[in-house]
Amino acid sequence: MSNQINRQQVERVAHLSRLDLTDQELDLFSGQLSSIVEYIQKLNELDTKNVEPLAHSLPVHNVFRPDTPRASLPTEQALANAPDRVDDFYKVPQILDDNSGA
Amino acid sequence: MTDHLTVFKLKQDIAAGRVKSRDITQAILDRISRYDSAIGAYLSVFADKALEQAKAVDDKIAAGQPVGPLAGVPIAIKDNLCYTEGLTTCGSKILGNFKPPYNAHVVEKLLAADAVILGKTNLDEFAMGSSTENSGLQKTVNPWDKTRVPGGSSGGSAAAVAAGLCCAALGSDTGGSIRQPASFCGIVGLKPTYGRVSRYGLVAYGSSLDQIGPMTTCVKDAAILLQVLAGHDERDSTSVNTETAAVPDYLNALEQAVTGLKIAYVPQFIEQAEAPVRDAVKAALELYKSLGASLVEVRMPHFDYSIAAYYVIATAEASSNLARFDGCHYGYRSPSARDYVEVYSKSRAEGFGAEVKRRIMLGTFALSSGYYDAYYLKALKVRNLIRKDFTEAFAKADCLMMPVAPSTAFKIGEKTSDPLQMYLADIYTIAVNLAGVPGISIPCGFDSNRLPVGLQIIGPTFSEDKLLRIAAMFESKTDYHLQKPAL
Amino acid sequence: MAAKVDYKVIVGLEIHVHLAAKTKMFCGCELAYGGTPNSRTCPVCIGMPGSLPVMNKHAYECAVLTAMALNCSIARFTKWDRKSYYYPDLPKNYQISQYDLPLSENGFIEIPLEDGSIKRVGIIRAHLEEDAGKNNHELGSFSAIDLNRAGAPLLEIVTAPDMNHPAEVRQMAQELQRIVRYLGVSEGDMQKGHMRFEPNVNLHIYKDGQTYKTPICEIKNLNSFRAIERSVAYEIQRQLEEFLETGKTMQMGNKRTYGWDDVNQMTVLQREKEEAHDYRYFPEPDLVPVEMDDVWFEQIRSRLGELPLQKQKRFVTDYGLSDYDAAVVTGDKATADYFDAVVKAGAEPKRACNLITQIGQKLANQSNTSVDQLDISPQNLAKLAQMADKGLISATAAASIYAKMPGTDTNPEDIAKAENLIQTSDTGAIEALVNEVLAENAEAVQDIITNSKKAQKAQGFLTGQVIKKSKGKANPKVVTELLAKRLSELAPKE
Ligand SMILES: [Mg+2]
Ligand SMILES: [Zn+2]
Repeated sequence: MSNQINRQQVERVAHLSRLDLTDQELDLFSGQLSSIVEYIQKLNELDTKNVEPLAHSLPVHNVFRPDTPRASLPTEQALANAPDRVDDFYKVPQILDDNSGA
Repeated sequence: MTDHLTVFKLKQDIAAGRVKSRDITQAILDRISRYDSAIGAYLSVFADKALEQAKAVDDKIAAGQPVGPLAGVPIAIKDNLCYTEGLTTCGSKILGNFKPPYNAHVVEKLLAADAVILGKTNLDEFAMGSSTENSGLQKTVNPWDKTRVPGGSSGGSAAAVAAGLCCAALGSDTGGSIRQPASFCGIVGLKPTYGRVSRYGLVAYGSSLDQIGPMTTCVKDAAILLQVLAGHDERDSTSVNTETAAVPDYLNALEQAVTGLKIAYVPQFIEQAEAPVRDAVKAALELYKSLGASLVEVRMPHFDYSIAAYYVIATAEASSNLARFDGCHYGYRSPSARDYVEVYSKSRAEGFGAEVKRRIMLGTFALSSGYYDAYYLKALKVRNLIRKDFTEAFAKADCLMMPVAPSTAFKIGEKTSDPLQMYLADIYTIAVNLAGVPGISIPCGFDSNRLPVGLQIIGPTFSEDKLLRIAAMFESKTDYHLQKPAL
Repeated sequence: MAAKVDYKVIVGLEIHVHLAAKTKMFCGCELAYGGTPNSRTCPVCIGMPGSLPVMNKHAYECAVLTAMALNCSIARFTKWDRKSYYYPDLPKNYQISQYDLPLSENGFIEIPLEDGSIKRVGIIRAHLEEDAGKNNHELGSFSAIDLNRAGAPLLEIVTAPDMNHPAEVRQMAQELQRIVRYLGVSEGDMQKGHMRFEPNVNLHIYKDGQTYKTPICEIKNLNSFRAIERSVAYEIQRQLEEFLETGKTMQMGNKRTYGWDDVNQMTVLQREKEEAHDYRYFPEPDLVPVEMDDVWFEQIRSRLGELPLQKQKRFVTDYGLSDYDAAVVTGDKATADYFDAVVKAGAEPKRACNLITQIGQKLANQSNTSVDQLDISPQNLAKLAQMADKGLISATAAASIYAKMPGTDTNPEDIAKAENLIQTSDTGAIEALVNEVLAENAEAVQDIITNSKKAQKAQGFLTGQVIKKSKGKANPKVVTELLAKRLSELAPKE
């Protein structure tokens, strides 16, 4: 695998990250991310064939809560931080495509 | 009145009626007005609310009512902790107007302990950084030398404690963000075991690494604060149940004698630090030895890979944690967004600073299809190897000692142009978060510029009581923690 | 119209079932339908910074129970993953879901077809996740978001592409509805979005000795079982025509999404090409894994009970019901259990089934309840069935007695007596009436005797007359017998 991240990859990652970057930023990040990713390749020096991934340092499992309702926020409080609203809804520019993924 | 202000002494004076919380709170607020414009520790100060809280405590005491363990003690909190008073910005423009409708678990704990909350301290945006230079809102300087950084990301909290602009503060530590600024500012900073303190209400950076902890002027104060913060919270699934990991009496633990202390160390970790740090840490080990401790040389073969693993894991989690800042439901929305996709991409581009963008991009890359196994999965495996290093070291000794940072506080702007160089300076602190173990930073000397040096003591999971005891042992024989910067 | 070609229909379903918990999957907000927008949200389900999810145990158990009913193997270790995509109804811009270790896999569902046979449809996996909120596009030139639904516990079920006919797809959906309602894990109301079915449809077309696979199309916006069947039927025709016109076949990435337009009864293209999704799944660090031991596993399994199809089969084999009757009476669990209790109290099954499905159901509908909630003990209904069987009451009388039974603990016999509905089987009295009727209807008698075409009709008429004279109390069976006897006496000997 190449150690470098090219400009096209950076553009793709910026799109996935929903960051509308300027050309200057894309150039800057291409360089910086390349050197960071190159450094990260250091991990490949280690043989991890028989090592389990450790997502959590905690040996905890089965944490549940009972199915008991708790008070929700009053609608006004829920919407208090909304950048824009209409009636009791959050308002965003019209969604024309259906890109939902559930 | 505000000289050598410790939580321990102040809470006793207040509870006994020798000092009024309102007076001390006012005195500290006065100091903040006088000095903070030059230091920049606070993003917001809640003077009226703090005085109101102080008065309530004074009234309770006057009425002979019982008060909490932090009664009337003025405390500052890092601005990535949700508090219904004022804003919670995370040092970011994207949350520049965010008013949380709820309190973080630790804020509830402070309030329940009758603490006075002075205000919110500056940080690297979303806690991403080691110098507080990445704050999108304000610069914070080191009180010991205003041309230098206070460290980060809890730089505001560290500077506030060091400058006497609060009695103690809360910070958060994902890769060293409590310990390193504590070291740079000459105070005590404790990162508890992952799961010891609830993260509910802490704005997440790297969820599997983040932990809230106290930043104080002395070890005893750290013990008092940890006692208030620690414990199970049913709102955080990763908060450890106290049935399996009981919270000990930390203050009482300090009174216990340390016998047969075994300290593990890795010689080259100490040797590779800059000379003033190296010498101070070596001297600290000598002091322990003179107090009866034995030193055990250990190897930690995977330690060197912790930065690489960390910058994959933390940024992967961050890329996901920060996806919610999109201008739809709260926070900043770009006025120039024409459709909903631009609401995302423009709000985020305008709202986030460069370091946050860089880490989001790096994390997104590490998780993206085709790269997951090579980066993210690989890093998780290396994380396991790093944890094994600690387990093996702790099989041979009670704790592990090393520097907190390779150098003392560096100059503002010195490392901003090369992010990788900045990351590499986190070498001593990051592995601790990857392993989930506790670590404490205590003052252990000064360099020739009279900049503080920190000693890091690391222990096995849930050994905070022992760490505090070991730290107190050093503190009782030294006066580094008593020295204050000239403002 | 296209020339006749051979083809096979291939349909798989992606199903989302809302689990009937009181609260959301990861927070304590109440689950309910409708109401003020954004009135049932909190920092967790709004995805506010600093908030953290905590699993709803009941919802988890509902999911496992359903997976057990779908014959899946249940994972003893599962974890949660984040699935990333940006959409305004998804406040965190990731969905907490399950990726590589779903809570269940490799099951099947058996669906009774109309011809009485059983079709087995494979279940690839069933996993838990949180639902998104709702985007409302109808208010104006903007979209309005309601997060009341955000975070609702959702069971995603993915079936194998085992269905080959529009009706099968509908029946699969109906059977799943019957199962989740039996288990009590979901209200299963399609209109309210408790169950969402997304058929993936394509055709294997056999032409000139070759097999051509048409591009897979996913159909969304289906709000009724009828819409499921019709949309699949429509899509089959559309794909067939499209293939014959363009020859387009399945290729990587040309999966399309169609929406069902219920007004115009057609599918409408929503998305041309599946965007190259990169969901960046990774383990959810805010949640811990679930480990299931044998005790817990058995605890959940004990709640499984008899599933609807098992019950239906038992009613056919043990009770001799027809497939049709058994299907009707097992439509919902309460009715089926009530029926079962009535039979066990001594009623003849077919009689009990008819009473319950024909009369009881009507009564229940009138008072907006269900047959088991009519406040009639199974014992009393069994008694009613027995009375009808013994000929003590007529079918009409049985209906009117049934109607008077709810809410009382009155013995149906007492009602029958009080209402004077007991049939007489007193042959002497009936014989007298028969003679009277025969005397009064010489013409009809003649029709029968001469064995004319009208004989059958005439005999029925005479029976009716006798019953009428008895004011409905003569047992029709006795009347028929006596009438036949008298008529045979009147007929000329050969
Ligand atoms: Mg799904
Ligand atoms: Zn909620």
